[in-house]
Amino acid sequence: MISAHYPALQVVIPLLGAVLCALVRRGSIAWLVALTVSWIMPVIAAAMLWQVLADGPISYALGGWEPPWGIEYRVDALSGFLLLLVSGVGAVIMPYARTSVASEIHASRQAWFYTMYLLCLAGLLGMAITGDAFNVFVFMEISSLATYTLIALGKDRRALLAAYQYLIVGTIGATFYVIGVGLLYSVTGSLNFVDIAGKLDAIENTRPLLSALAFLTVGISLKLALFPLHVWLPNAYAYAPSAATSFLAATATKVAVYLLLRFFFTVFGAGFVFETLPVSNILLVLSIAAMFGASIVAIFQDDIKRMLAYSSVAQIGYITLGIALANQSGLTGGIVHIFNHAMMKAALFLVLGAVFYRIGSVHIDSLAGIGRRMPVTMASFVIAGLSIIGAPGTAGFISKWYLAVGALEKGWWWLVFLIVLSSLLAVVYIGRVIEIAWFRTPSEACEGVQEPPPMMLVPIWIFTAATIYFGFFTDLSAGIAGKAAETLLGGLK
Amino acid sequence: MTSLAPFLIFFVGAIFVLLTRGVLRSIVLLIIPIIGAANLLAMGEGVHLQATLFDYSLTVVRADKLSLLFGYLFHLAAFIGVIFSLHVRDTVQHVSGVLYAGSALGAVFAGDMITLFVFWELLAVTSVFLILARRSEQSFRASMRYLLIQVLSGVILLAGVLLRAHETGSIAFDFIGLDGLSSWLIFLAFGIKCAFPFLHNWLTDAYPEATPTGTVFLSAFTTKVAVYSLARGFPGTELLVYIGATMAMFPIFFAVIENDLRRVLAYSLINQVGFMVCGIGIGTALAINGAISHAFNDVIFKGLLFMTMGAVLYRTGKINGSELGGLYKSMPLTTGFCIVGAASISAFPLFSGFVSKSMVMVAALEEGHPIVWLALLFASAGVFHHAGIKIPFFAFFAHDSGIRTEEAPRNMLIAMGLAAVLCIFNGSYPWLLYSLLPYPVHYEPYTVAHVITQTQLLFFSALAFCWLKLTGLYPPELPSINIDVEWSYRKALPSLARWGLRLGRSLGGGLSTQLQRAIEQFLRQVYRHHGPRGVFGRTWPTGSMAFWMTFLLGTYLIVYYIQ
Repeated sequence: MISAHYPALQVVIPLLGAVLCALVRRGSIAWLVALTVSWIMPVIAAAMLWQVLADGPISYALGGWEPPWGIEYRVDALSGFLLLLVSGVGAVIMPYARTSVASEIHASRQAWFYTMYLLCLAGLLGMAITGDAFNVFVFMEISSLATYTLIALGKDRRALLAAYQYLIVGTIGATFYVIGVGLLYSVTGSLNFVDIAGKLDAIENTRPLLSALAFLTVGISLKLALFPLHVWLPNAYAYAPSAATSFLAATATKVAVYLLLRFFFTVFGAGFVFETLPVSNILLVLSIAAMFGASIVAIFQDDIKRMLAYSSVAQIGYITLGIALANQSGLTGGIVHIFNHAMMKAALFLVLGAVFYRIGSVHIDSLAGIGRRMPVTMASFVIAGLSIIGAPGTAGFISKWYLAVGALEKGWWWLVFLIVLSSLLAVVYIGRVIEIAWFRTPSEACEGVQEPPPMMLVPIWIFTAATIYFGFFTDLSAGIAGKAAETLLGGLK
Repeated sequence: MTSLAPFLIFFVGAIFVLLTRGVLRSIVLLIIPIIGAANLLAMGEGVHLQATLFDYSLTVVRADKLSLLFGYLFHLAAFIGVIFSLHVRDTVQHVSGVLYAGSALGAVFAGDMITLFVFWELLAVTSVFLILARRSEQSFRASMRYLLIQVLSGVILLAGVLLRAHETGSIAFDFIGLDGLSSWLIFLAFGIKCAFPFLHNWLTDAYPEATPTGTVFLSAFTTKVAVYSLARGFPGTELLVYIGATMAMFPIFFAVIENDLRRVLAYSLINQVGFMVCGIGIGTALAINGAISHAFNDVIFKGLLFMTMGAVLYRTGKINGSELGGLYKSMPLTTGFCIVGAASISAFPLFSGFVSKSMVMVAALEEGHPIVWLALLFASAGVFHHAGIKIPFFAFFAHDSGIRTEEAPRNMLIAMGLAAVLCIFNGSYPWLLYSLLPYPVHYEPYTVAHVITQTQLLFFSALAFCWLKLTGLYPPELPSINIDVEWSYRKALPSLARWGLRLGRSLGGGLSTQLQRAIEQFLRQVYRHHGPRGVFGRTWPTGSMAFWMTFLLGTYLIVYYIQ
């Protein structure tokens, strides 16, 4: 039965697709390959998630080698959720990519874009699905190397520097990660998450273990751009091709968050990390610093893509805040924000991509009055922007609600206040763009500009509709996130 | 067929409004409230729509006599408002007007406080465009202040609701009563929207800055939703009696000296809402009936007055009492409608104010609040003064300003006519309105004593106006800006700051510049660190990124080891 091999297919299909793209060398055909792959992936992911929700976690022994000796692919509610999110975002963005990539990347390099995109997809899905710590490192490198190239493909020459910087710090991050895994291996003799977890109880609080946790935390924090390790992100997102930015913003950091959850809750155990060690406090401080620091920086940005990149850093702060709360509602809020933020940020970056496609700039001055020329596109910006702010009726509200409830359960009133206050900063930076885009007289750059083609408009509105849909119907988002949080917190008390 | 959610018709309608142009749009605009009203008439009392959000089951649509009455009222107001704005060629105004009315409907039919909160915020967000649509620097600033306060009210409401859900485990929107922090928060949130004294500034600040048609919408919904919410959550709360009496009185002084006629109306809006709040505070069946019926009538006659002033502004581009006058020659019909509105708000017998306002006053007497009754009596005389005489007098009569213009557009006239007819109908035949009220009505407005008292009051008030005018004691219409509670932040706060600064370092110099400098200093600091060149905003060298990673690693290690 092919369905038994779904976990392997999650990785194998994009890898094969990438090879195929590299071989054909023609942009349009490579796009078709990427599109086909991207559309197959969410179907498989959805099938697996459905199976997980019905029958419990899937364990798949790669190559027939039983865990813990062989590599195990393991799908539970959380990883299934992530797989569906990553592949779903890819599937929606791919149709958009055709026009956007064609206008931003030289014809001879377009096939490489799709190759790298598929490699990145394979890496991200692999990170989410594998149950083996070293295998994670391999996939992390695959996705990271592909990401460096994707960023460097950007039209702006600064993209090269951004990619180079990310390459250096990304490699340090990955090295930290692998050192952490090495330390774990030295004390447990195993690389399998579940297996390690079982062996840790006996050796809790030993120095190698603490060092391993520190290395892993910092390494992964860099990948998920936790303040103050976020500095690679704004440039990388700002100068990468629009389609790549949207995809990366919606998925790459999210998978890193997943990894953090995996290590904190599954491997080390929530009890050890949050009760014995003061991880919660450090994470809380850094999250709040991200929520405020990055939001304030975003207010002063004139390059809107860069502004949204800083906003991403702030939003990641909300996600890690949920992790730091480490209770049912808080963690649900964090996990559901992984999903909700992916929807709204993808929509926002796609809008900017469409604007760039039409007027060749995303500088705030050139956006003046563009709402009147591209009302349908910019309406999406307004809705997704409201979701970033956390306005009721949008997905962003749901996340913040859970976070606020989580904070209340802990009796942290001040935190609820801070969450609301930081949302007000989002009002400023989103409101500034809305005011300029809708209420100014159109700039010269906007003369005679039209809506983007439907191939771009439809993906934008799929994400926009999703931000509204998940603002009202939360079974699929908060429901699954709640389940995942419940499983993760199982170790606590 | 089961009924639709009332707000849904408006929200879906707004999409059609957005998609259509010209005559078709006008038809759509007119049809929305008609379909809505038909739907509402078919809808009986009870719970009509439930949904689940997180662990809470929401009662999205709950209809009882109270919410149904406000439902009818809002449909009526929307219908009149739409007719009044048909001539406008502005998509923003049309769409936001319809959405705004829909949000108000959503709020009054909300059966739980989360739904209420959602529509509470939607009210703010949708209505701000009616102010923004004036597209002037002044209106932009006013709208931002307005939005900030309205959103703040929503945030306070949410905090209260969260806390209450935490305390009682229920989110149902029924009687709340003042007990504990959560109810005070909710009360405060309602109070902001209701324009309680000291919280009222957004109203007199923003409403006069909206478009001529926008103000008509604004005057109908926001404060009335707040009145509804108070009636639902806090009936019989004694504090409301005094708040209401204060609200009824203090705007009179400002209204008398104010020059911008729409701002005069904004003050008189607060004054009328004061009567309603007072009635809710008294809390007897008669008082609540009075408050609710007065809300109903107020929407119509205040709308009518705002419409006449809107028409004047639309035709002449001016709205200050000092610049207008003598318009009755060019706008006779508008003048007539304005007088009907003025008569209604002043509670002339046979006009609508007469049959509802006195219910509150009688209830105040019956419940043993003679001082409150006197305050309301004073307020009634004051209303006649500033709204009943001042508005028509300075706009249409007084000295001839020499402005010659045309009569208002036909659609405006129809809308005003409709409102005027309703004013007279409700005043002369109040029993239809009475039958819709939440409690059975045993009140008879047309008694000899009532008619005579009211007429006396009005005539002596008119006499006072004439006397003051003739002797030149009446405050002249001066082109000036009057400051009321804004004083707290325009004057008092800065003086406090100055005092503090003086204390710190006995420095002279303008205090506003001091304060300004302090704020600028703060912003400069923020900008220095977070601006594009600031340490948080600029691109770091690769080396320092690596350094921070190592630093963080060190921190984690140390903290883990010493834990």
